Amino acid sequence: MTQTTHTAIADQVDDSHHPKSFISKYVWSQDHKVIAIQYSITAIGVGLVALVLSGMMRLQLGFPDQFSFIDPSSYLQFVTMHGMIMVIYLLTALLLGGFGNYLIPLMIGARDMVFPYLNMLSYWTYLLSVIVLLASFFVTGGPTGAGWTLYPPQAVLNGTPGAENGIVFMLISLAIFIVAFTMGGLNYVTTILQARAKGMTLMRMPLTIWGIFVATILGLLAFPALLVSAIMMMFDKLVGTSFFMPAILSLGENIDHKGGSPILFQHLFWFFGHPEVYIVALPAFGMVSDVIATHARKNIFGYRMMVWAIVAIGGLSFVVWAHHMYVSGMNPYFGFFFATTTLIIAVPTAIKVYNWLLTLWQGNIHLTIPMLFAIGFIFTFTHGGLTGLMLGNVVVDLPLSDTYFVVAHFHMVMGVSPVMVLFAAIYHWFPKVTGKFLHTGLGKIHFWGTFLGTYAIYLPMHYLGFLGVPRRYFAMGTTDFIPESAQALNASITVSAIIVGVIQLVFIFNLIWSVFKGKKAGDNPWNATTLEWQTTKTPPVHGNWGPSLPVVHRWAYDYSVPGVKDDFIPQNVAPDQVIMIEKVEGAENVEGMESNQKGDNT
Amino acid sequence: MASNDNKPVEGSAWQNVVKDWSDDKETFNMPWGKLMMWLFLLSDTFIFSIFLTSYMSVRMSMTHDWPNVSEVFSLVIGGHHIPLILIAIMTFILITSSGTMAMAVNYAYRGDRKKTVILMSITALLGASFVGMQAFEWTKLIVEEGIRPWGNPLGASQFGAAFFMITGFHGLHVTGGVIFLSVIARRVHKGVYEKRGYSIVEITGLYWHFVDLVWVFIFALFYLW
Repeated sequence: MTQTTHTAIADQVDDSHHPKSFISKYVWSQDHKVIAIQYSITAIGVGLVALVLSGMMRLQLGFPDQFSFIDPSSYLQFVTMHGMIMVIYLLTALLLGGFGNYLIPLMIGARDMVFPYLNMLSYWTYLLSVIVLLASFFVTGGPTGAGWTLYPPQAVLNGTPGAENGIVFMLISLAIFIVAFTMGGLNYVTTILQARAKGMTLMRMPLTIWGIFVATILGLLAFPALLVSAIMMMFDKLVGTSFFMPAILSLGENIDHKGGSPILFQHLFWFFGHPEVYIVALPAFGMVSDVIATHARKNIFGYRMMVWAIVAIGGLSFVVWAHHMYVSGMNPYFGFFFATTTLIIAVPTAIKVYNWLLTLWQGNIHLTIPMLFAIGFIFTFTHGGLTGLMLGNVVVDLPLSDTYFVVAHFHMVMGVSPVMVLFAAIYHWFPKVTGKFLHTGLGKIHFWGTFLGTYAIYLPMHYLGFLGVPRRYFAMGTTDFIPESAQALNASITVSAIIVGVIQLVFIFNLIWSVFKGKKAGDNPWNATTLEWQTTKTPPVHGNWGPSLPVVHRWAYDYSVPGVKDDFIPQNVAPDQVIMIEKVEGAENVEGMESNQKGDNT
Repeated sequence: MASNDNKPVEGSAWQNVVKDWSDDKETFNMPWGKLMMWLFLLSDTFIFSIFLTSYMSVRMSMTHDWPNVSEVFSLVIGGHHIPLILIAIMTFILITSSGTMAMAVNYAYRGDRKKTVILMSITALLGASFVGMQAFEWTKLIVEEGIRPWGNPLGASQFGAAFFMITGFHGLHVTGGVIFLSVIARRVHKGVYEKRGYSIVEITGLYWHFVDLVWVFIFALFYLW
């Protein structure tokens, strides 16, 4: 069975589908590259809103009651919207909708996604969900302030900020987002399975594609839980059903609900919520692997183990959800089970971290901006992963639950870490997307500010957590067990956070400036092996490959192969076209010959 | 390159399975649209599973008695209470429609456009009659029995909530399927697929069989429990 058996737009050679007008080329575009850029700009834009919200929260925490525009209700609303936007509308959308869309067809040697029209619909549906989400800022009562986990019963009860309209907008927006994600996700999985170029076996795919592939499958299986819980909560709110609502005395009155189960929502939410962590993490794992291999000029260490680790993490992520619920009052035996599965996940994750380190080991490390961010990621991820091991144990989690230790943990592991990879990926692939480099000096300022700022923000939070400072509190007041010095720490965190926030403006400026004034990059500026760098035009044209599709002859990591003239062999170079070093008598290159064999990886 | 060789591969059966799946070809030997439908149905399976699991969970933790389903879902015909008669007819109709759909797929691949269109139209009509009978059932429950999503005179309020939500969600799927079938049948009639092949009929059929299969579970868990 060959590639061409089922012909669709992605496979057609003829040029008749090329859009002619500006509108069909850049607005209602079906080209995966344009859709990817649309996704990315929207996600980064809404992410900046979330960044501003986090700054407002920090202002209140660092300097309580100095700012009249932050009252307890709006504080909770900032917390909620910051969390939800960052996790779903920024990270998920940018990693899968942005990088997934851009890289999948280019890296596997396809002309486009298998169903470009559906792909276009996916973006516009996503945009609609963002608009509905942002609209909730302007409705009566403002956006919901229930915390990004939206736990009932408080999420729908009067007294919670946004219980009038905000929660409804949030649920509708989530439902629309899930529809958008499903349309995109079906496309990604089908494209990866069915539309790979000749020679591109699954075990030759770059790890980026593996990460996106498994993450998308996780999304397709995990988002249903969020959709169902959103529908049920919407019924509770609008129709008056009692799925999640027990009998409650609220504000001195008996509410109309009885007999529902709030714990059910927590189970449903985290059945989505935990895989969501890996929906964000797995593409990041994949992309950072490719960045590290490229900039260390060395094949990724243990490719097969890296692939199986991604698959194993993906599978395990569905059986750990209740470790978010140790304090929910569920049966303690559950805690035993979920602690065990949680700790098992550390095994494939540790394999990945060791393999990144061993890839760097004795590599020819180029400290380019993408590499700096990639190495930064290894630090932040290891750090957040280790605190994850602590929180995975029931006895350690109980006293630390709902403290700043948890906030520090998940920001390190699934906030900062994927963002570090996103920065690495943007600096790495920007030359392919635009044909220009991002400015290196500004990039260094951006990296060091962000990386050091991260530690200035989150290291003290671990300590605050040990002190027992609870999360999501508007103000601590006078609490006996919290020393006054904690306030000094909070103020320093706030100052750091604002500095880091401002440094992101340097990055935004760099993006815009480089599009116009950046240094010309050429087709393959990093001397990388993967297919997207082998296009003849940069940025790649509609259809990606010109008249004929590339043929793949080797895996994605033929860097520094002994005896070969260049220190990289692109995936589409046939064995007989590899230029060898001319043999000098008596100087046979023996060292490292075994790694050469990997080039013929089947 | 080993992947392009046709010689028999050495290694264990397991390695050969992995190699077969991961080779440089379409992983699944089927049209793109069909694979996409399978993936969508997998995702949709999770949606319905979570609906039904939530329903079971709610039913186990409720604080009032569950209504006696063999009384709620009975019709009075000729002075006799006949439990589950309407639902038996509805289930029979839906399963019959799966049969006509399977025949439509068969005739489509044989290139018999006329019979394909007739059988798809019958399937759509059976589906529409299912939705009609569901509307009748809902009307009876709401008007005669006084069952509402937020409460009912027979017991736990979650009965109405779960029933209307899940059968409603399934009913929307059937309605969508009827529209999908009608559109495709019309296009088959026009001869749109003469060149492209008739896998679209099979894809429509996959969706339809899935909707029927889901109904079997809803039937078992709502009407027989």
